[in-house]
Amino acid sequence: MTDETDTFTLGGKTFTSRFILGSGKYSLALVQAAIEHAGAQIITLSVRRANTQEKENILDYIPEGVTLLPNTSGARDAKEAVRIARIARELGCGDFVKIEIMRDTKYLLPDNQETIKATEQLAAEGFTVLPYMYPDLNVARDLVSAGAAAVMPLGAPIGSNKGLATADFIQILIDEIELPIIVDAGIGAPSQACRAMEMGCTAVMANTALATSGDVPRMARAFRLAIEAGRAAYQAGLGRVLTRGAAASDPLTGFLR
Amino acid sequence: MDEPKRSDLIFDADGLSPAALTRKHQLERDPSCRTDPMAYLPGMEVIDSDLKDRVRAAMAAYDPSRYTAADARRALERERCSVEDFQALLSPAAAPFLERMAERARAETVRHFGNTVYIFTPLYIANHCENYCVYCGFNCYNPIRRMKLDKGQIEREMEIIAKSGMEEILLLTGESRSVSGVEYIGDACELARKYFRLVGLEVYPMNTDEYRYLRGRGADYVTVFQETYDVEQYEKLHLQGHKRVWPYRFDAQERALRGGMRGVAFSALLGLSDFRKDALATALHACWLQRKYPGAEISLSCPRLRPITNHADVRPGEIGEHELCQVLCAYRLFLPFAGITVSSRESASFRNGIAKIAATKVSAGVSTGIGDHASKYGEEGNSEKEGDEQFEISDARSLAKMYADLTGEGLQPVLNDYVYV
Repeated sequence: MTDETDTFTLGGKTFTSRFILGSGKYSLALVQAAIEHAGAQIITLSVRRANTQEKENILDYIPEGVTLLPNTSGARDAKEAVRIARIARELGCGDFVKIEIMRDTKYLLPDNQETIKATEQLAAEGFTVLPYMYPDLNVARDLVSAGAAAVMPLGAPIGSNKGLATADFIQILIDEIELPIIVDAGIGAPSQACRAMEMGCTAVMANTALATSGDVPRMARAFRLAIEAGRAAYQAGLGRVLTRGAAASDPLTGFLR
Repeated sequence: MDEPKRSDLIFDADGLSPAALTRKHQLERDPSCRTDPMAYLPGMEVIDSDLKDRVRAAMAAYDPSRYTAADARRALERERCSVEDFQALLSPAAAPFLERMAERARAETVRHFGNTVYIFTPLYIANHCENYCVYCGFNCYNPIRRMKLDKGQIEREMEIIAKSGMEEILLLTGESRSVSGVEYIGDACELARKYFRLVGLEVYPMNTDEYRYLRGRGADYVTVFQETYDVEQYEKLHLQGHKRVWPYRFDAQERALRGGMRGVAFSALLGLSDFRKDALATALHACWLQRKYPGAEISLSCPRLRPITNHADVRPGEIGEHELCQVLCAYRLFLPFAGITVSSRESASFRNGIAKIAATKVSAGVSTGIGDHASKYGEEGNSEKEGDEQFEISDARSLAKMYADLTGEGLQPVLNDYVYV
């Protein structure tokens, strides 16, 4: 059960669900069911995909009350990201924006430098900016200064389902950055999402993990449960890890008087 | 596989003047009267790029018959597909593992693209051509009805197509710089931007500044088919015209990227030469160019020879659907992030099936004729005012039918995934 008192805030909005749902890789018909089973309150969508006359626009599949997090996928530099964010606003997607800037079509790794520039510009324009980034403490600090509302480090290459390949660096961000840390890419299984939450992440985002599963709504539910479990564990405080073997009978510090 | 004999492809159409026929036969029969396919013509930009040599060297070194079942199995077990693995997967030794290849390919496709499939339509705006490519229905020695749509006609075609709901269009011309000039293509791009959200080009190769000009007028990506990477065979099939210059064509994608295009597409026309070697060369061309220009969107097509107007003898050769599927699975495993387009040359059942394995883009509502969308889209047309078709298509599904069929296969059709910035 979601703890209604355990909330976090982004851009003046308060959320109880810590599962941010991606939408780009599975059928529109499943979007609603996924949102429902995930208990998601935030769903990402790519602006380029919403930019359509299609009779089936993804925007029509997203229930009211769910916060849209348009992303700037397709942007190759800060300038393009800023333009796409403005288009999102014109399309009626609200003021939230997830910055994605990639100069590499193969690995889709984020360009941290351009991301800082775009964050600065869009924050100044009143957007609630959530930058997707490669977990680098210096960059994260610059993003804080630039006015980001949260920091979204990648766990592993996007779409790889490899989990928290960057766990140590994400932990540093959690420890040092006073904004919500939301793990964005690479999470392939609920157990990995659970671990991210145990580490102290504010929320987790997943897309490919759902898309590649055989049953999108059921996997959405599995993620929801795992994220709630991880969050509860973090709040409870993970137990001590006892070292193996017997403790020395004579304490090493026994000589101290 | 065996290369098709040139004589299987060459044909004399009725109605050629004696002079034209003499010249044609001379080109076909006397290699000494043909120009050097490696020599640039005046006006062709030469760029400094070593890709051609690297691709040709890799192709020459590749002997598909050397690979064994063990090589293929090993390639399938690896997480990442190296060039060596790719070569094994393209080889005849991998054929028995096609189902396993398809499973692996499917997993990669889903990881990178989910279950989405893009739909687009091609629009031929002119079929004039200055080249003599022996296998092509548009070739200059084939007296078909030639036509070039004027701006009003282009707009009319676009209106009809846009009304069907299509959002991405690929503009095509025959290869005639003198009839279908760069500015004319630019006009068509600008019109297309009025009606469509994404505009691609498949026209004759041009220089960097010309690509930049067309980018400015609304083109987003450029497709150039190399036809075959086998220069010796290329020389025997492309007997006359600027297309005869193999290296200028090869560097077209690189010039397009330098000119600011966002994406480029590659292909060999499978069946013109050893299709395994051509598939290797196509993928390496794409792979190495993307490494040089990491921001480039790359995609591959996979046409096979189709029957052509006025030439009943050209039939798709030894590349059956199994072989084509093997090539596409190998492409997917080697280049998991690349788009793969499967054209209406293939049957509806093949396209439905391959979209679940490796393809990411299919065409719908296709006509390869000129100015005939009115009649083909069920509106009143005038066949006297239509230009002949380049080749016969196999899958004639409309957008609505394609959309419904793909949805029925559990896929998510997407009509546009780009925003001009």
